[in-house]
Amino acid sequence: MTTISVPRAERPELRIIAVVARKELRDAIRSKWFWLWAGAFGGLAALIANIALPGSQVAEFGNFGRTAASLVSLVQVIIPLMGLTLGAQSLAGQRESGALRFLLSHPVSRSEAFWGTYLGLAGALLATAAAGFGAAGLITGLQGSGADAGSFVRIAALSWVLAVTMLGIGMLISTFTNRAGAALGTAVFVWLTFAFLGDIGLMGTSIATDMPVSALFFAALANPVEAFRLASLTAFSGSLDILGPAGTYAVDRLGEQLDTILLATTVVWAAVPAGLAAVRFNRSKDF
Amino acid sequence: MIEIEELTKAYGRNEVLAGFSLSVAEGESVALWGPNGAGKTTVVRCLLGLVGYEGTIKLDGVDVRRKPKRTRSRIGYVAQELAFYDDLTVVELLDFSADLRRLGTDRVDAVIDEVAIGDHVDKRVAELSGGLKQRLGLAVALLPDPPVLLLDEPTSNLDAAAREKAIRLLDRLRRNGRTMLVTSHHMEEVGMLVDRVIGMEEGRITIECDPTDLAERLGIRAWLQLVLTNGSTEQAVDILTTAGFTARRNRRGVLVEVPAQGKGRAVAMVQGAGIEIEDLEVWR
Repeated sequence: MTTISVPRAERPELRIIAVVARKELRDAIRSKWFWLWAGAFGGLAALIANIALPGSQVAEFGNFGRTAASLVSLVQVIIPLMGLTLGAQSLAGQRESGALRFLLSHPVSRSEAFWGTYLGLAGALLATAAAGFGAAGLITGLQGSGADAGSFVRIAALSWVLAVTMLGIGMLISTFTNRAGAALGTAVFVWLTFAFLGDIGLMGTSIATDMPVSALFFAALANPVEAFRLASLTAFSGSLDILGPAGTYAVDRLGEQLDTILLATTVVWAAVPAGLAAVRFNRSKDF
Repeated sequence: MIEIEELTKAYGRNEVLAGFSLSVAEGESVALWGPNGAGKTTVVRCLLGLVGYEGTIKLDGVDVRRKPKRTRSRIGYVAQELAFYDDLTVVELLDFSADLRRLGTDRVDAVIDEVAIGDHVDKRVAELSGGLKQRLGLAVALLPDPPVLLLDEPTSNLDAAAREKAIRLLDRLRRNGRTMLVTSHHMEEVGMLVDRVIGMEEGRITIECDPTDLAERLGIRAWLQLVLTNGSTEQAVDILTTAGFTARRNRRGVLVEVPAQGKGRAVAMVQGAGIEIEDLEVWR
C-alpha cells in the first residue's frame, strides 16, 4: 500500500504569540504616547465624573449610571482616535523601520507576528481604558452609593471593545502601506469619518433619500462608533428614545433582541477588521 | 544543505533574479559577489521566506515555502540594513530573540561575550553606532548556534580592528562546520571566509570560482605603493614604465598599478635593479 505524505501546515504557537504580545505591550507602555493618552483620558474622565455627579440632569440614574452616561461622549471621540492611530502605525511603522523583517527572520510565522502585535496593543488599550474608567469609578465610588455599577462596568467593557475594533481597523489600514506617516494620515481621516462625518452623512442621506426609520437604525450600526453608543445607551437606560423615531422603532420592533443585536454588532465590528487585516498581512508577498 | 533551483523574483516589473540556481554543501562556505542590485540580498531574503518567489529552495531537504518556521529555526541571519527594535536595550533585544527561539539566558551571555558587546548591554539599540549594531546583528545570528549562517554584508559597518575580529570569529565557525552563505564587497573577507565565490550580475550567475582566483577573474587591479631609498624613485619609475607598468612618482615614493594576483613581478623588477624597497602597501 502506498502512503501519500501530505505536508502539514505550520500551526501558530500560542507561546510565540505571547512573546510578541509581551514585547508589544512593553513597548507601548514605555512610549510617551501611551502616557499622554492614558493621562488625557484618565484626567478628562475624572473631570467628567466630578462634574456629572452633583448637578446631574440624568436624575433617573444612580451615581455610576450618571458617570457612565457622561463618559460615553468622551469615549466615542478619544478611544477611536487612540485605537486607530496605534493600529495604523504598528505594522507600517515596523515595515518602514525594517523591524518586521528582523522579527520574521526568526522562526515566527506571519500570523504569529500579527496576532502577537494585535494582542500586545489590545493590552495597552485595555490599560488606557482602565486608567480612564478607573479614575472616574474611583471618584464616583468615593462620592456616593454603588448604584448602576454594573452598567458602568459594562460601558467600560464596551469601550475596550470599541478600542480593539479601532485597533483592528487601524491595523487593516497598516497592511496597505509601508509608510507609517501615510497610515497615520488615513487613520485620522477614518476617525473623522466615524466620529463626526458619519453622523452628518447619515442625517443628510436620510433626509435626501427619505430613508425609512428601520433602515436608519441599521445604517447607524454600519458605524462602529454609533454601534458602541447605542449599545452603551441601552446598558443604562434600556431605551433608545434619545435617538428619536429610529430609536423608538428599534425598541418597539426588536424588543428584547435589541440588546443582543447591539452586542453582536460590536463584537462583529471587533472581529471582522482584525480578521481581514490578518488575512491581508498573511498574504503579503514581500517583507 | 542549501538547494536553490530556478529562483526567479521580480519587484513589480523589475526582475531581480532570473532562474538563479545554487547548491551549497553541508559545511561549505559560499560568497555571493556582485555590484549593488545584482540580486545577492534577494537570494538571502528568499532563503528566509521573507519575500515571495518562483522556483524551489530547500534547506536540508525541507522546502522553505512550505516550512518557513522550521527552516528559519536552523538559520542565523545578519541583515545588511541592521534594523532591530530601537527602543529595546541590547540585552532586552537578545532576550526577546532568545525567547522566540526557546533559548536560555546562558546563550545570551555566551553571544554577548563572543561579539564583545558586554559594555553596551544596557544601551538602547537606537543609541548604538553602526559598528555596534553590526556586532549586535552577529550576536542575534549566533544566538541559536545555528548550522546555517546567512551573512548579508556582515562586516560592512565595522572598523578595521572590529572587522578583523569578526572575520576571525566567522572563520572559526566555518572551521567548526557551519554552512555559510555570505554576500560581500570585501576581498579579504571573501578570501578568508569562503570556499567558493559566485559572481552575480542582474540576477544571474556570471562567474563561479575559487576565492583566490576572484580578483584575476574579475580583472581587478591594485595599486602598489613602494617606499624607496632616497634618490631612486625616478629610476624605479623608468624601470617599471619600460616594463609596461603604469607607474608614477608621488610624495612617498612610487605608485604602480599591478594585477591583483601579480604584485611580485613589479617588486622583483625594482629590487633586481638594486633599488632598496623600505616599505610597501597595497591599495585596491
